[in-house]
Amino acid sequence: MNQYPAWKYLLIIVLLVVGIFYALPNLYGEDPAVQISAARGGVLADTIPGLVETKLSDAGLSTKAVETTDERLLIRLNNTEDQLTAADLLKDALGDGYIAALNLAPSTPAWLQAINALPMYLGLDLRGGVHFLMEVDMDDAVQKALERYSSDLRGILRKAKIRYISIRDKDDVLMVKFRTAEDRDKGMELIHKEYRDLQLKEVGEGDEYLLQISLSETELRETRKLALQQNITTLRNRVNELGVAEPIIQQQGDRRVVVQLPGVQDTATAKRILGATATLEYRAVDVENDVEAARNGRVPAGSSLYKHRDGGHYLLKNQIIVTGDQIINARSGFDNNTGSPQVSVTLDGKGARKMLEFTKVSVGKPMAVVFIENKSSTRVVDGETVVTNRKVEEIISVATIRDVFGRQFQTTGLDSPQEAHELALLLRSGALAAPIRIIEERTVGPSLGAENIEQGFQSVVIGFVLVLIFMALYYKTFGLVADMALALNLVFIVALLSMLQATLTMPGIAGIVLTVGMAVDANVLIFERIREELRNGNTPQASIHAGYAKALSTIADANVTTLIAAIVLFSFGTGPIKGFAVTLSLGIITSMFTSIMGTRAVINLIYGGRRLQRLPI
Amino acid sequence: MRILSGATKIDFMGKRKLALVFSLLLIVIALGSLFTRSLAFGIDFTGGTLIEVAYPGSVDLGGIRDVLEEAGYGDAQVQHFGTSRDVLIRIAPRPDRASAKISEDVLAALANADAAVEMRRVEFVGPQVGEELTEQGGLAMLYALIGILIYVALRFEYRFSFGAVAALVHDVIITLGVFSVFQLEFDLTVLAALLAVIGYSLNDTIVVFDRIRENFRKMRKGTPEQIMNVSINQTLSRTLMTSLTTLLVLMALFFLGGEIIHSFALALIVGVFVGTYSSIFIACSTTLALGVSKADLMPVEKEDKPVDEQP
Repeated sequence: MNQYPAWKYLLIIVLLVVGIFYALPNLYGEDPAVQISAARGGVLADTIPGLVETKLSDAGLSTKAVETTDERLLIRLNNTEDQLTAADLLKDALGDGYIAALNLAPSTPAWLQAINALPMYLGLDLRGGVHFLMEVDMDDAVQKALERYSSDLRGILRKAKIRYISIRDKDDVLMVKFRTAEDRDKGMELIHKEYRDLQLKEVGEGDEYLLQISLSETELRETRKLALQQNITTLRNRVNELGVAEPIIQQQGDRRVVVQLPGVQDTATAKRILGATATLEYRAVDVENDVEAARNGRVPAGSSLYKHRDGGHYLLKNQIIVTGDQIINARSGFDNNTGSPQVSVTLDGKGARKMLEFTKVSVGKPMAVVFIENKSSTRVVDGETVVTNRKVEEIISVATIRDVFGRQFQTTGLDSPQEAHELALLLRSGALAAPIRIIEERTVGPSLGAENIEQGFQSVVIGFVLVLIFMALYYKTFGLVADMALALNLVFIVALLSMLQATLTMPGIAGIVLTVGMAVDANVLIFERIREELRNGNTPQASIHAGYAKALSTIADANVTTLIAAIVLFSFGTGPIKGFAVTLSLGIITSMFTSIMGTRAVINLIYGGRRLQRLPI
Repeated sequence: MRILSGATKIDFMGKRKLALVFSLLLIVIALGSLFTRSLAFGIDFTGGTLIEVAYPGSVDLGGIRDVLEEAGYGDAQVQHFGTSRDVLIRIAPRPDRASAKISEDVLAALANADAAVEMRRVEFVGPQVGEELTEQGGLAMLYALIGILIYVALRFEYRFSFGAVAALVHDVIITLGVFSVFQLEFDLTVLAALLAVIGYSLNDTIVVFDRIRENFRKMRKGTPEQIMNVSINQTLSRTLMTSLTTLLVLMALFFLGGEIIHSFALALIVGVFVGTYSSIFIACSTTLALGVSKADLMPVEKEDKPVDEQP
């Protein structure tokens, strides 16, 4: 009686070994490191690793290891002081094209990395950093879209000589007032022909001849989607500026963005950079003068020298054709005739007029798009923090004007759909963006983060040890077996959290602590049942058997109901609560295994098949 | 070691009237306080800015208030947090000032007055986020209760399900009452704790119910009241034991987990006490009052059983 088949032992041993392997990386610490990556997510040049090594050895900094992948270079250093010096040094040496970010790289040994065993991902409350929840002002996005239409409408109505009294925007619609019903009908027909995306409705009675114009449902959705996408793109560019090693920029719902910047403490700078604006300008390329001469310092009057993002220099005329806020939309797509990737741009009325004037006289000549960003960087000089603001202007596209166009035109000749997509995003982020504002901020300083880890760790250990002692005293040998199961449970929770790369937060630690307290419940149930069976005069072997068998359904019921509460917590909770729910649910599941099958295996191994007079319980 | 020697024979159900009066009294106090004083909602729910700063030595709050007054934040709440070196500053949401700038302003002002100040934590929650959290929290509670109601009704019987939910509502009201009476800060983590209390209390209740179901089927004699008494007594040592181990770790969390986790641990400690009590007195009494009987829990007889197999 009370013997387990060999496969059950084998299963437990296999799980135990896997659990230990995947929990193991958490015991190794982290190295202070500097992470180098290309500014726009490109590939690192081959020369970079060599350059970095010479720079560091020149400065007398010794590195622990230098690891290279296609996208990044990770330099592990011996202490945080070296890390800061190295980061500043490399920032200067590598220039704008590269980002040197501070990072804490887990020092997991290679053999563990080979089986993909990584330490748990620590939440911002444990490692320090900033969490922003930002919301795009969608009303404003829609309002702006309407405003652009209103100036366009004035233009086409005037041109078609249709008389109207006024165009006003009211909430999320435009109201056009006409003198007569006849004028309104004509206006409606014209607008409908020109702007198929708009919804038109006749309103007003008696002497009032009003036409209500609103964005169609699809256009509204599109406008909102673009506004959000545009903001996310802009945020991503900005965060790159900050030099954060593992930023998280995530869409949440249909109008919000989560930005998490681990390790960033200077929230003032972070906010300023995230809130910076970008614009763009369309300019004519100066083909009459020589670029090389200009590069040598002889820049002709009326023109300026610009650098292209992909290298190369151009001389551009100072006169601006169209600015970013005159762009209504930019979409990437494919040319209907050739099938090659393209970006189609829509300008507002004013922009269209200026573009038309310009293209009339410039067919066959090149035109460039200049992207202008206000960047600010902080640097510590002699112990003082110095903030420098600078305007970065670069060309993102140069194209030849093939035809006379105004409101709508296409940029073709792009190499890949990828490039088209990127250009469209840049054009949009340079256009007037819907404002975004921070609606939630959680910043944790580095000292508090470290303290949280320490206190969390301490309370887990103390709580754990207390329960271990108590169980051993109360249930003797059986209590010790339950203690083993509890330790195994802890290993499993940590292993699962590491495998899933779930984020461990302070409430998550609380969840682990609570699980420790509640995980013994299953064993308490079983052991009390065994005691009861013994009291009823059953033999020890029969009591063990009956104890486990009878407690099983109770344990299942009790745990399923707790799991329901944990799942509800998970689906409703935000950040911190989710962490608690995750560890609680994982703990419930692993504790079912360890406290039922785990303890039974050991009990069977000790007492199974033996003749027993009494049980130490 | 034993907490209780052998089998106890306490007449729990006989004292249910007394327990009912006691619980009603607690609920009246809790609800009274909740309606008159409400809860001391943290910024998670009200919106606003919370700034925690630390100084190298102990610091005078009056000085900090003066600095804040000068910076235009005279309405800020300033208090020590944990030690006399840590200070917590709370500022209500302001329509006139860009919300994200408040923390910047305050930190700059404090650093100006004393450069040794260290930023420990900044939390800013916009008013609309707070509103959503309150709504979501309420909904979460509701859905958890409904989910549990359905599960217990399926596994046991609807009377048990009402008994379990009555106990849970009782626990939630009383725990909230404690937070209201003592005006302890109610933030997101306390809400999570409250849901954990629901899970814990239910766990307790289910174990007792399970035994009641078993005994209803097993014991041939005895009124429902007697059977409940026997079942509660049989599970009593387990109930106490589990509450004790859980309390042990919660105490560790309460005393060692740091200030942030304090109210979380406290809510759970209160919840464990109330939950243990309610699973005996409230859950069982309600089920009894609803008139549960032996017939309700008998397994459904299979009709196609051969006659000779029946006893």
